[in-house]
Amino acid sequence: MSDIVLYTVISLTLLGILAAVILYFVAQKFKVVEDPRIDAVEEVLPHANCGGCGYPGCRPFAEACVKADSLDDLFCPVGGNEVMAKVAEILGLEAVEAEPRVAVIRCQGSYEHRPRTSRYEGASTCAIEHALYTGDTDCPYGCLGLGDCVAACDFEALFMDEKTGLPYVIDENCVACGACVEACPRDIIELRKRNKRDRKIFVSCINEEKGGVARQYCKVACIGCSKCFQVCPFDAITMGNNLAFIDSDACKLCRKCVVVCPTDSILEINFPPRKEPKEVKPAAAKKAVPPKQEKAAPAVAAAKETVAVKEKEQEKEKKAENIPAEEKASEKDAGGEDEKKKEAGGSSPEEKKGS
Amino acid sequence: MDKLLTVSMSPHAHGRDTTPKLMLGVVIALLPAWAASVWFFGWGALYVPVLSVLFSVIFEYLIAKYLLKKEPSIRDGSAVVTGLLLAFTLPVNIPVWILAIGTLVAIGVGKMSFGGLGTNPFNPALVGRVFLFISFPVQMTSWPLPKGFATADAVTGATPLGLLKEGMRQGEHVANMVRELPTNYDMFMGHMGGSMGEVAAVALLLGFLYLLWRRIITWHIPVTILTTVFLFSGLMWLINPADNASPVFHLLSGGLMLGAIFMATDYVTSPMTPQGMVWYGVGIGLLTVIIRRWGAYPEGVQFAILIMNAFVPLINMYVKPKRFGEVKKNG
Amino acid sequence: MQKLKTFPKGGVHPPEHKLSAGSPIETLPVSGRVAIPVVQHLGAPAEPVVQRGEEVKVGQLLAKGTGFVSANVHAPVSGKVFRIDKKFDASGYKRTSVIIDINGDDWDPEIDRSTTLRKEITASREEIIEKVQAAGIVGMGGATFPTHVKLNVPRGKKADILIINGVECEPFLTADHRLMLERGEELVVGIRILMKALAVTTAVIGIENNKPDAIDHLTKLTADEPGITVQPLKVKYPQGGEKQLIKAITGREVPSGGLPVDVGAVVHNVGTTLAAYEAVQKNKPLIERIVTVTGKSVAKPSNFLVRIGTPISALIDAAGGLPEDTGKVVLGGPMMGKAVSKLDIPVTKGTSGVLIIPDNEAHRAPVEPCIRCAKCVSVCPMGLEPYLLMDLGVYEKFERAQNERVMDCIECGSCSYICPADRPLLDYIRLDKLRVGEMIRKARQAAK
Ligand code: SF4
Ligand code: SF4
Repeated sequence: MSDIVLYTVISLTLLGILAAVILYFVAQKFKVVEDPRIDAVEEVLPHANCGGCGYPGCRPFAEACVKADSLDDLFCPVGGNEVMAKVAEILGLEAVEAEPRVAVIRCQGSYEHRPRTSRYEGASTCAIEHALYTGDTDCPYGCLGLGDCVAACDFEALFMDEKTGLPYVIDENCVACGACVEACPRDIIELRKRNKRDRKIFVSCINEEKGGVARQYCKVACIGCSKCFQVCPFDAITMGNNLAFIDSDACKLCRKCVVVCPTDSILEINFPPRKEPKEVKPAAAKKAVPPKQEKAAPAVAAAKETVAVKEKEQEKEKKAENIPAEEKASEKDAGGEDEKKKEAGGSSPEEKKGS
Repeated sequence: MDKLLTVSMSPHAHGRDTTPKLMLGVVIALLPAWAASVWFFGWGALYVPVLSVLFSVIFEYLIAKYLLKKEPSIRDGSAVVTGLLLAFTLPVNIPVWILAIGTLVAIGVGKMSFGGLGTNPFNPALVGRVFLFISFPVQMTSWPLPKGFATADAVTGATPLGLLKEGMRQGEHVANMVRELPTNYDMFMGHMGGSMGEVAAVALLLGFLYLLWRRIITWHIPVTILTTVFLFSGLMWLINPADNASPVFHLLSGGLMLGAIFMATDYVTSPMTPQGMVWYGVGIGLLTVIIRRWGAYPEGVQFAILIMNAFVPLINMYVKPKRFGEVKKNG
Repeated sequence: MQKLKTFPKGGVHPPEHKLSAGSPIETLPVSGRVAIPVVQHLGAPAEPVVQRGEEVKVGQLLAKGTGFVSANVHAPVSGKVFRIDKKFDASGYKRTSVIIDINGDDWDPEIDRSTTLRKEITASREEIIEKVQAAGIVGMGGATFPTHVKLNVPRGKKADILIINGVECEPFLTADHRLMLERGEELVVGIRILMKALAVTTAVIGIENNKPDAIDHLTKLTADEPGITVQPLKVKYPQGGEKQLIKAITGREVPSGGLPVDVGAVVHNVGTTLAAYEAVQKNKPLIERIVTVTGKSVAKPSNFLVRIGTPISALIDAAGGLPEDTGKVVLGGPMMGKAVSKLDIPVTKGTSGVLIIPDNEAHRAPVEPCIRCAKCVSVCPMGLEPYLLMDLGVYEKFERAQNERVMDCIECGSCSYICPADRPLLDYIRLDKLRVGEMIRKARQAAK
């Protein structure tokens, strides 16, 4: 009996030693000499491994930083300037300040704004629906609402709003890694400069159709009328492809364009209420709500209000017969500017908030 | 047009098969064997499977609803099949409380703990059966001998395989034991001790034909298992008939037919490609004979199937179907 | 009767429902305003060559193909060009189209409109290919690949057999069936023309065995045509898939990623063959085609000869109008056709049928977990593993999908058709193909 124990112990010990020796040589052979700075850089990175920098993960990014001669093209959106400064310090390079950015959804085609013209059935991803056809509305540019962007977001910064069928961004969670921009088959999401208090002004539409056609698709489409372009005192707005585009770097957030837009296509978010009584419209919308709730809460409120105001239309819409409501609204919008604003006190704010 | 058209990707047609229909097909295929066991073992064979099915369905429902908190999917009928198969591997005089434990293990551990239908690596019915076999060896090996419809108190005894193993352990020659063992014809018709569903090979084969006709399963797995068992045991028998039972005996005894036709072909736990199925069948056949001949237990089918279940992901990974246009490319 | 041939692996047997098989081809006039898309083929878009306000005749060139893999588009009607604008195509996306206000039916005098059969082929091989290209002929089975490209056998390769695809394995569709019955003589001359263009001496017409009248008819017609035979095929979907058809008839397997001509075979659809006849013998460009309008709820399942550009709503009206309970309208057959969201889209060169599906059959059943029944694997004619490819799509493992040969998928839909758990297998396989295609393109660019 004791023999067996002895032999077992001896053979196991020998085996162990043998394995250790082999392992040692293997480790020697495959040893990779790595720049220790890679570890150092990786250490200060946020370890989100989101790929927002354009590299597969934090370590490859660290390697790229160490290899690079300058940090011009290298930026970690999650860590931002702070982290990049540290990286620069480790490597003895110049940090390039980048403006913090945030994702915005350039589509307001909610159920209310955009009539559904077919029903989509099948795999629940935007990529597939996009490949198949225009989607369940006529707009070939607008949001498909199946949430590929939400699935792509690693930071819980995107959610699908069930009321509108559109995604919305939680500004404070967004690190501008760009995953959603990549994921969206329609290029709706844009990374824009992050302003003070997360204020944003942007044209929330990318429909390149001519005005009339665009409006058929969607009540709040940009029709390329260039009113905003004319009113902008800072030349921040450019026109092209029947669309207005606001350059977030040039925009001074004066909000003049928002007022003139005949289709409510320009969104202003996180602004304090307006002073002029004439411009009730945005005032109602922009209470100083903390950004996180800003989109979700009013959406609910808006929906409730809408029910109260246009109960009948709502019912009809439920039956997917929203054409009458649609037409009425467009008639209203087609009216003169001032008239519209007067009327708008009733309906427009919710629309705006509801998006 | 006031109604909206539906748009989806092709195809716009769908075949008639659905999961519940396939499961129902398996149940129908099991009916002849069930009828046979009622014939042999009396009324007990009627209500034990019913109870087993009830337990399975209830457990699946409860676990899905309260533990996994998802929509219970008993509609798919897989719990019915699991319950029925489990009952078929048990002796008819099984106490109800053991049956309840068996179904709980089969459904709870064998299936739901992996996430429900489609994700379990091991055949749930066999998991339940093996658990009972190990936990309650006494109850699980007192096989009632078929005494026909009339007798209520069945006499219990060993299965032919049990007799064989016992005999061999005592060093007896197989040739001498033949007298104690049932004849091939008796075994084919089901006149032997054993679990409820396994005794009548003829009824099981009927079920097999039905499954093939309905295209619920393909021939690959059952046929390769049975051929492998036949060839391998036949080889050993030819080499040394004194120590080995005849291949026909191997084919007809124990749970081989039930296992090969109904257990090994379980969709979830069998390979996906015809080629893989052949490998899997050969593996089960070899292991069965090895366990029967050299293992500690008289019967090896269940263990063989469970062992091969573990290899299925590997088989799926490496055994690929023949791709169209592949041969030409290489030569 | 000859022995039936078939492809060896996979396939399904969807119910045939050839409701319109007995309806002779009717010519459907078109009026009003039509939109003719300039892209009706696979390949580079054609450039419009007419101006707004220009008067056009039937058969006049509207848009010229750019590059080799492209196809001309001709005016199917006469009238005035109203505008060149973007119009909905079958996907709902807008495509450049020439919009014409129809005025009379004024044909280009070059075109021989008589119905006399012109048998002798005077055109040389090059002339045939030239004429086919000029006529804008594309594969009319639905793939819409420019025909002249297929007739130009690449250098170093040799075709030795021409296969004429009269299989029509899609349920419901009968356009090719009717064509074979009613235009058989012209079809046979068309086959001769294609044989001459390809310089082959053998041609086989493959027809599924559910069309015995067509088989008989063509067998009779080809009795004294040396080199042309009719081959009845087993009724199995996708018997008419190019690769499956070649395998069934010649036993040769087109290598993965390769072309049929790699194994010496060229396949043309019967519709394409007829168009080639008309182009070469009658100078007539591809301006009309046969379209089946069918469906269980359709009052009058029919086969129409219509001009390209006719809105499908007009076809549906001619077949008895859109039934009340319509849930889905599909261009093509139920297995590979394309569901549309609107009815004011034009018939194009690849539109083989309009299938109307009642609402109770138009929806997919809820997706259930895969029970790993392996049915999808066993029906895949390409020897793929659809369940795996779908999972790889869901989990975005596109490299692995590429290694599992997802690009070989012919999108026949057999897997989605058979799956008892109603899984959207082909949806995700298409996603795989999309992404893998992008990857391949990127890799190619990087290599450059
Ligand atoms: S994987 Fe592709 S080729 Fe195979 S059955 Fe599915 S659709 Fe057809
Ligand atoms: S046919 Fe459907 S259920 Fe069966 S293995 Fe394929 S995907 Fe899974």
